Amino acid sequence: MKKPFNHFIILLFALISGLIFGIGLILSGMANPAKVLAFLDLAGAWDPSLALVMAGAIAVGLVAFAIAKRRTRSFLGLNMQLPTARMIDKRLVIGSLVFGIGWGIAGICPAPAIVLVGAGSNKAIIFTAFMLLGIFIFEILENRKKS
Amino acid sequence: MITIDWNNFTPWNALAGGLLIGIASALFILFNGRIAGITGIIAGLIKPRLHDIGWRLAFIAGLILSPFIWQYYSTLPEITINTSDTLMALSGLVVGFSTRLGSGCTSGHGVCGISRLSPRSIIATIAFMVTGFVTVYVARHLIGA
Repeated sequence: MKKPFNHFIILLFALISGLIFGIGLILSGMANPAKVLAFLDLAGAWDPSLALVMAGAIAVGLVAFAIAKRRTRSFLGLNMQLPTARMIDKRLVIGSLVFGIGWGIAGICPAPAIVLVGAGSNKAIIFTAFMLLGIFIFEILENRKKS
Repeated sequence: MITIDWNNFTPWNALAGGLLIGIASALFILFNGRIAGITGIIAGLIKPRLHDIGWRLAFIAGLILSPFIWQYYSTLPEITINTSDTLMALSGLVVGFSTRLGSGCTSGHGVCGISRLSPRSIIATIAFMVTGFVTVYVARHLIGA
């Protein structure tokens, strides 16, 4: 049984993870849509910075997930929730291709959108509101299909 | 030919920021046992189960609060958005729907998935990078918007 103290620690780690993630996005330039678009603009004045963001994140991630894969429980005793899907299906490919189009329009992906809302950007609030709507529509359609 | 914009190239900030993103994802999987995939975390709030809401809200709160923590020590770096409100709305709608269809976004597939060496995430990341490059090419160099 989980004790209340443990539950507090779980929330604290989630909060700290979100904070560090957000600060990383701000420091790296991922939270500046103009910089993201400059990275995606191969034919213009190309700013390769964001390739290094991925390199840095994956360098740490490789070690962390190698450890995570060997465990069934987290350091806080929670179940390790690693994705189990293996199939490369149409949904994955089409969803990802379309996501790239949406990303290329404004230079914003979901995590920076949330950070930009915190930074008080009105345009990011519009983006995020419609992003939530998009997620909501998907979930509604999915639930309808299942029932 | 590719022309690199050396004036705006910020390798050290990019690398340091990337390391922080990696550390955050590492903490989240090793302590919370969860993938730091933003759209997945948000989507789980739509059909919530009681014991499942707290950590999702806490992670999102962390993202929202991060600029406030930053501003406590320093001024925020430049944020430039030149996209019209209509395109922001369209882009948001497309991103929200498609990342659920494709089971992940830049964080879930691009960072965590590649770090897990997941073939699905590697394919997904290549897919959205390619259409990201193509979309910007079309918008800036063909349409000239």
